[in-house]
Amino acid sequence: MAELDTSGGGHKKGPGVKKGKKLSTRVDLTPMVDLGFLLITFFIFTTTMSQPTAMKLNLPDDKVKPEEQNKAKESGALTILMGADNHIYYYEGQLKPDASNFKSASYNGENSIRDVIMNKKKSVRSMAQDPNDPEHDLVVVIKPSQYCTYKNVIDILDEMSINLVKKYALVDIFDAEEQLIKISDTQKP
Amino acid sequence: MGRAKLPRKSTSIDMTAMCDVAFLLLSFFILTTKFKPSEAIAVTTPSSVAAKKAPKKNFVLVTIDKDGKVFLSIDDKNKRGDVIEYLNTYNQLGANVDKFKKADYIGASFAQLKSFLDKPQEQRVGDQLPGIPCKDSTNNELVDWMRAVNSAYAGTKMDLLVKGDNLAKYPSFKGVITAFKKNDIQKFQIVTNPESAPIGSELYNRPNKGEGNQENN
Repeated sequence: MAELDTSGGGHKKGPGVKKGKKLSTRVDLTPMVDLGFLLITFFIFTTTMSQPTAMKLNLPDDKVKPEEQNKAKESGALTILMGADNHIYYYEGQLKPDASNFKSASYNGENSIRDVIMNKKKSVRSMAQDPNDPEHDLVVVIKPSQYCTYKNVIDILDEMSINLVKKYALVDIFDAEEQLIKISDTQKP
Repeated sequence: MGRAKLPRKSTSIDMTAMCDVAFLLLSFFILTTKFKPSEAIAVTTPSSVAAKKAPKKNFVLVTIDKDGKVFLSIDDKNKRGDVIEYLNTYNQLGANVDKFKKADYIGASFAQLKSFLDKPQEQRVGDQLPGIPCKDSTNNELVDWMRAVNSAYAGTKMDLLVKGDNLAKYPSFKGVITAFKKNDIQKFQIVTNPESAPIGSELYNRPNKGEGNQENN
């Protein structure tokens, strides 16, 4: 009875009337039901998934005098620099004049920036003096170059919330660092 | 010995009822789905783990498209009037207030604003518009726009949103941030697509996970 019976009534033919081969007039509804549920699932998913979310971002006040600004401890500072074509670089503490601590990472996969942040967090925690606030010294400085995309910036800001980094700053890049990125970008595939 | 014959039952199930329910649900979901309003500016937003829903009304939205062009839209029509009156007074724009109120978004420099507003709505398509100049630090007109918006919203809560395309280059985003900073706007929200926290990350392991980055406010 998964079908529609459309053979109107049980009309019997009289004797001697040649019986034509009785074709089934029933329609199988199963594929229709299948299709119905497929569409239902599709619409259920599209309704709930398309709601955009909002990420909050607070900017520091530029007008604060330099002497009142928070100074980052060198041991707890991690600077992330973004270059063209999804290239990403980082250095810990201050950039050495010979750029020997300027390292390269990736957004995901092997040697990802997430691992770099996690390792930095661990080392900051191990050096912490205040046990109540072991991550006090951790500051991530984000320096996007002019070649990186908006997505790169958002990905890194998102990485801050993924790794629960409390202190981070979006800072203008120095010319020297921008040059370094440009050179490193050309060496990469 | 005659065994009692059980009447043979049909094994096929009546699917008509199920079919009815299926299509009832289907029509419900089709009718309730709100398709994204066809936006003149095509933007694919990046995704983030933020769980807070973006405000839907009474927002001020700065859009950055894939070429780095910047557009401004103000949801509240009355505020639009305040904004353009402020700019007419302080920047001597001389723009038509009624036309400005009808424009859903602004994508032209002050010099081109008149011709932008004279264009019919259908012809204002994202890729043909110049956008608000803001990449250049010497000619950042978004600063003036935000000053006007700030004065229009003085004393009331403003939901400032930034919606950028994945492919937009950083300098335009920086120009937008600079414009905000110059007007003492330190808080804004970035529109993103939802994404779940990666398995094994600190956010994922946190006891009250799913809160997004609420904590980092």
